[in-house]
Amino acid sequence: MGVRIEKAESTVKAILWGEIDHHCAPDIRNQIDLAVDENRPENLIIDFGEVTFMDSSGIGLVMGRYQTMKGIGGKVTLENTPAHIKKVMRLAGLDRFANIM
Amino acid sequence: MSQILNEMRVVLSPKSCNEAVARSVVTAFVMQMDPSVSELADIKTAVSEAVTNSIVHGYRNCTGNIELVCRILDKDMLYIKVRDKGCGIADVKQAMEPLFTTSPEEERAGLGFAVMESFMDSVSVRSAVGKGTSVVMKKRIFSTSLVRTGAAENERS
Repeated sequence: MGVRIEKAESTVKAILWGEIDHHCAPDIRNQIDLAVDENRPENLIIDFGEVTFMDSSGIGLVMGRYQTMKGIGGKVTLENTPAHIKKVMRLAGLDRFANIM
Repeated sequence: MSQILNEMRVVLSPKSCNEAVARSVVTAFVMQMDPSVSELADIKTAVSEAVTNSIVHGYRNCTGNIELVCRILDKDMLYIKVRDKGCGIADVKQAMEPLFTTSPEEERAGLGFAVMESFMDSVSVRSAVGKGTSVVMKKRIFSTSLVRTGAAENERS
């Protein structure tokens, strides 16, 4: 489990992979926050295409990043979300905070 | 009383790396019931939430073991118990409310019980302050091989 960061002009893209749970969420959070802090992007894209499992720790992760991006006037987009992860996101009402694609 | 057709008991230390271990052993046990991909994802998520609760909340200020019991009851009913001897929950009803959390600073969403209730057929929680918490979850598994057999019979008729 982990995260790869790709940076473009006004965007930071965090490509998550593997299983996201309480054990690995803090490390992913720190890496994304570091990239956002350095680049202050308008858009944070979190890509879930390579995520094989996620529990509510991932919800905390997304909501926390939403708060960070709101603080700097940016937005969060969630990309390539697999069906079973969308199910957890819908339960949490994440669609109210972020665009889920 | 339901008949216990098979049982697995696993004892885990309350370390966060064991959240993945719990999901793996439950997956291995449940595979004999031939679950669908979606049923398996639901079960893994619910188990992950229950075990994480024991680690993050139950054993926040003390340590002990987490007991994980899986049973197959009456052919297609999966029974999972996650039990700790941690601090216990003073108000179970409040703890089960969506978005209630005692650790927002750790970005806990307060959705653990909501996920368990949504993804499993039933969830019951017993807890005593200072003694620990026991979560029992059940889910009926509609075996994919039975579905396939049923579909094949329909095709023939």
